[in-house]
Amino acid sequence: MDVIELAWWQLALAALLVVALAGCSVVARLGMARSLLVAAARTVIQLALVGLVLEVLFAASRLHWVALMALGMLLIAGREVMARQQRRLLGGWAFGIGTVAMFLSSFTVTVLTLTVIIGPEPWYRPQYAIPLLGMMLGNTMTGVALALDRLTDTAWRQRAVIENRLMLGQRWQEAVGDIRREAMRSGLMPTINAMAAAGVVSLPGMMTGQILAGSPPALAVKYQILVMFTITLGTGFGTLAAVAAGSRRLFDGRERLRLDRLATPRG
Amino acid sequence: MSAHDALRLERLAIGELAGVDLTLAPGEILCLSGASGSGKSRLLRAVADLEPHGGEAWLGELAQSATPAHEWRARVMLVPAESHWWADRVGEHLAGAEPADLEALGFMPEVLDWQVSRLSSGEKQRLALLRAVGREPAALLLDEPTANLDEATTRRVEAWLTAWIRARGWPTLWVAHDPAQIERVADRHRRILDGRLEEREEGAWT
Repeated sequence: MDVIELAWWQLALAALLVVALAGCSVVARLGMARSLLVAAARTVIQLALVGLVLEVLFAASRLHWVALMALGMLLIAGREVMARQQRRLLGGWAFGIGTVAMFLSSFTVTVLTLTVIIGPEPWYRPQYAIPLLGMMLGNTMTGVALALDRLTDTAWRQRAVIENRLMLGQRWQEAVGDIRREAMRSGLMPTINAMAAAGVVSLPGMMTGQILAGSPPALAVKYQILVMFTITLGTGFGTLAAVAAGSRRLFDGRERLRLDRLATPRG
Repeated sequence: MSAHDALRLERLAIGELAGVDLTLAPGEILCLSGASGSGKSRLLRAVADLEPHGGEAWLGELAQSATPAHEWRARVMLVPAESHWWADRVGEHLAGAEPADLEALGFMPEVLDWQVSRLSSGEKQRLALLRAVGREPAALLLDEPTANLDEATTRRVEAWLTAWIRARGWPTLWVAHDPAQIERVADRHRRILDGRLEEREEGAWT
């Protein structure tokens, strides 16, 4: 079964409708036209560029090119995690903790999935490795960013409670325990929701894409389940590592709460 | 846990305060007064090792810097002016509170089932004292322990606290404003003036 070819003029038709939506927003004075058009333009440019990169990558299929692409994706994700935090840890710790946590979880789970479960030949075959890593990183990034943001923000708000618990002789792990649990929960909630709603409320994007591309639904479902589990693993372990390292960094060697290590939010 | 140890501050420095040397005998209450912003609370925080500071504190033979921080704070216990609570019910913070102590502070045993959110600031302050004392520390740091209390309750809390302090031999740093209270509870009185601790003669602070 072949995929129906999609021509650029057909995409232009869809783009025209987006422009029409922006026009409506201008007429109704909703002030959304500009950001809508910018975001639409970014989609086209970014995806076109990544398409070119993937074409080259698939043609070459060399390990070091795949590794370079993966590294680039990881660093951009790390920057994104840092940018999404209101009160980030200073001195490169926000970037460092987020990036290392994502590296440990996403890369490990992706490599494990490729070598042990899917088993393409060679194992780093970019048609499998890059999309899988992309989905892992995208979701892990959201989880890690949400968890770290919740961790630092709640610690800031509840500084007096944490310090009072320290005064009573509690260890730092105990004093920050509730906040750690809350941070873990907010990091994992999107993934748990996605698993719970899969197929009932939403048809996951990857499965939809595979079916559109002509795969039998039964195979697409199996891949989707695999991807959801690996995403959960990546997000879970990534969030766990980020919360553990982030909460440790909130205290110094004398178990003092050190909120001077957090940035003040802009604006 | 070794009872009846002296609390000794050795060249303790934090903020404006530099080189505080002080020795508190077991069971001795030293009242600390001074204008707001003079660094009384920060001095207590330094003794409890909650803020980076210079110098050293000793509890008997135990050096602050050589003791794990949580163990030090469990022994040298700071009760802040405003207490904070993390669980929903009072009883979750006060495991094993004696009915006699609750009564001495003006509470019925049912207070343990109360929601923390329904406590008044005065009730919170008294329960925070009980919470700290119930953990069996070896020294007390009290930051205006009766700030939110009326006159009668203040007397009651003073009597209860001093009885505990004398019975257990806890060296106690007590931050206070009210000259009458200082007269009632203090063995010694120091006043913070221009970043230094100044000895006050009894009755000379009017």
